[in-house]
Amino acid sequence: MSREITFRLNDNDLTITVQDHWTLLYLLREELGLQGTKEGCGSGECGACTVIIDGSAINACLYLAAEADGKEILTIEGLAAPDGTLHPLQQSFIENGGIQCGYCSPGMILAAKALLAENPNPSEDEIKHALAGNICRCTGYVQIIDSVKAVSPRQDENIKVVAWQTDQSPD
Amino acid sequence: MQEYTVVGKPIPKRDAVEKATGRAQYIQDINLPGMLYGKILYSKYPHARIVNIDTTQAQKLQGVRAILTGADIPEIKLGVYQDNRPLKAGKVRSYRDEVAAVAATDPDVAREALSLIEVSYEALPCVYDPLEAMREDAPLIHVKHRTNVLKMPWKMHFGDVDAAQKNAAHIIKERFSTTWVTHCCLGTSGAIAEFDHANNLTIYTNTQIPSLAQKDFLTALHAMGLKNRRVRVIKPFIGGGFGSKLDTYAYEHIAILLAFKTRKPVKIVFDREEEFTATSTRQPALIDISQGCDQEGKLVFRDVAMILDNGAYTSWGATTPSVMMMPISTLYRVPNVRYNAKCVYTNNTYSQAMRGYGNPQATFAIESAMDMLAEAAGHDPVTFRRINSNKPDQTSTQGFRITTCGLTECIDEVTQRLEWDRSNPPGEGVGIASLIHVGGGARVYKSDGCGTIIKLDDYGGANVFTGASDMGQGADTVIAQMVAEELALPIEDVRVIHSDTDVCPWDVGAHASRTTFVAGNSALGAARKLKQQILELASNHLEAPPEILDLQDQKVVCRENPEQSIAIDKLLRKAHFGVGGTMLTSEFFYDPANENLDREFKGNLSMTYTFGAHGVRVKVDEETGKVQILKYVAAHDVGRAINPLLLKGQVYGGVMMGIGYALTEQVILDKGEIMNPNFRDYKILTAKDTVPIEAPVLETHDPYGPFGAKGIGEPGCVPSAPAIANAIYDAVGIRIKDLPITPEKVLAALKEKHRQ
Repeated sequence: MSREITFRLNDNDLTITVQDHWTLLYLLREELGLQGTKEGCGSGECGACTVIIDGSAINACLYLAAEADGKEILTIEGLAAPDGTLHPLQQSFIENGGIQCGYCSPGMILAAKALLAENPNPSEDEIKHALAGNICRCTGYVQIIDSVKAVSPRQDENIKVVAWQTDQSPD
Repeated sequence: MQEYTVVGKPIPKRDAVEKATGRAQYIQDINLPGMLYGKILYSKYPHARIVNIDTTQAQKLQGVRAILTGADIPEIKLGVYQDNRPLKAGKVRSYRDEVAAVAATDPDVAREALSLIEVSYEALPCVYDPLEAMREDAPLIHVKHRTNVLKMPWKMHFGDVDAAQKNAAHIIKERFSTTWVTHCCLGTSGAIAEFDHANNLTIYTNTQIPSLAQKDFLTALHAMGLKNRRVRVIKPFIGGGFGSKLDTYAYEHIAILLAFKTRKPVKIVFDREEEFTATSTRQPALIDISQGCDQEGKLVFRDVAMILDNGAYTSWGATTPSVMMMPISTLYRVPNVRYNAKCVYTNNTYSQAMRGYGNPQATFAIESAMDMLAEAAGHDPVTFRRINSNKPDQTSTQGFRITTCGLTECIDEVTQRLEWDRSNPPGEGVGIASLIHVGGGARVYKSDGCGTIIKLDDYGGANVFTGASDMGQGADTVIAQMVAEELALPIEDVRVIHSDTDVCPWDVGAHASRTTFVAGNSALGAARKLKQQILELASNHLEAPPEILDLQDQKVVCRENPEQSIAIDKLLRKAHFGVGGTMLTSEFFYDPANENLDREFKGNLSMTYTFGAHGVRVKVDEETGKVQILKYVAAHDVGRAINPLLLKGQVYGGVMMGIGYALTEQVILDKGEIMNPNFRDYKILTAKDTVPIEAPVLETHDPYGPFGAKGIGEPGCVPSAPAIANAIYDAVGIRIKDLPITPEKVLAALKEKHRQ
């Protein structure tokens, strides 16, 4: 069975016919070519497919495309400004080492965006809680958490890692 | 210390913008015109004879373009021991054995076709425990091999362990064990194979070894009767490596075979369950260790014997004893060392390289046993380690020539930051463990080389074609930094290309934490040659000898008269556009003076070694058995931090992987079957599990490293497990010798302790 749905995707209205069994992830990646949303597990356990639906971070692999009718959806492709200016979270992940292999990054950044929209001033525990559904194998999360902190006003809590050096060096 | 413009700076990863905006294309994101989708049918038995495979119904399904079984394919041998093939014929030896494969126009059709293939099996007796598999009457996994013990004799003996044992003042003898863990790359495995009209192969694949994979695929083409064909390996963005992509796999060869049969591009991408069940793990090890010291606490011998579960086939996992030898012989100064290891076939999943390449297993045993010996000898664990610490400019019994070594400084830094000597409340304790790893690559193959080509464009921009493979660790960025530094270019003007064997020079692969050191020295060599060419070219224009010229801020300037200068882009355009023009390119192949281990397993495996110490403060809940990490300090001697931001990322990521290895991660096998092939049941750490980590960096300026750097990709995950095990002992007096240290094991040990 198929049905026609209308929703707002990255600030553009869209009407499209979808099959009832399609997930939103399938619709985005395979039908609409928005491959920035990644599939890491297909069962809601890793968060790589996180998108924002009406302000909430949602695993697109567990969300039926048909349910998107009437909703407002933001994917990673819609996060930067139309002129290409990066969103502060994107900039912060880049500058603070929040990205290594990058496979979790779109989902991680959007999960952080949903958090900050609801709670612009999160504590470290609140950041960890908000990102707990997004798995990253590369970074150990430390620089991801740093990246989120850096765009929230509570910067005083930032962990600062101090590099130290030996006194003498051959140069 | 010399200050540099680009080297030593926290430059963001060069491809981070593409990744942050969702533009980066992984294998999942690549689709070719006319592409078919391949799916693999795996065995239903851990050990069975394949009686018959009936594909009649599957063939009839609309959209199915090809079906292959083991009987349909040529003899393509896979793996270091050549004991595997893409599709199994005759019998299966583990649940992950590939039995048949389908190519179809749609992934759902391919999946449905698999369900229509009927395979009848005749079950064979199985063996899952390597100790049982070593018995005379054990079922043979590979009948032709005649024994389940691999004919890879890992044996070394330096000095005289038996004599040293007799004279030792204190001796401990213990058994440790580790289990299967897996890489959990967020981007699953995948490949797309495509043949052109003349049967040349292009394969897009997730690999850490583009040049060696090219050779494997060429060998496969030979077996398929395709001689003198070309293979092009294109590496897309990779969603994590950690050693998992150091070999070529059945699925890649199946994609090639299906593409050849259908004359269409064929894509195979694993789902998460396959990623758990059909990729290789870190090898489980049963480790017997005995070590002793004299009255002063100086180590006098170390004696280690291991049995490794090889699984049903052989990949690089079977060669990890070569790396285990390193900490066994050279972590601390040990005059008499003996080691032997046996890899044993079983009907379990087979193992591969995984970050640390045997070092985490060996170091777990060594460093746990160091604490036990320290206690037996009446020393504090830190004092005992200081007494035995490695020093610069020493050669170990195995022939490892240590250049720079900051181990003692790392131990000091850890103990200071951890407030080692403060008194702990009940249930709280501290632990420490050290590490050694190769820091300058390792001569595993005949070559440990890497090539670089640099070309300059009309505008002063450099394209750097490197053999190195980036899979997220930052090779693209540190190489760009070194070239930018040498050529006085802004980092933005240096583009590193590392993804295509038709374009990039040869390299032996992204393993052994070798890329910063080896690919870095290669890039630096190419940049130095290019710099010389630029200066010589400029000397004509500036009418000054090249010796007094230098590169500064995208210009060639005369050192004696800075006014006398020419912009590099202007110089390049003159070179390109002038009559009798020239172009500026350079190439450099760097193969470090690393030595292959000889027949006795002796030799200077790496030009430099990385050292470090990890310390941890834990709190153990005696009611629940839960271990809480209150503070973690990971101090590493890195030679020089080329990029402190990315360096810290390697350490943090390694530490969190190491903590998972210590406390939570295990692939659970029940009679050869993986019971937890998902992130719900395989417990990798999440953001909520992060612990306060400090990652102090010690710079010892290695004389051979590019700008003094050593490799740091693997060390971060090596000593976590013993540091945590030692801290648990300090906290509540129980010694867990079997990883992971789950709350159940802690509770059982506490119960046992209270009973005594």
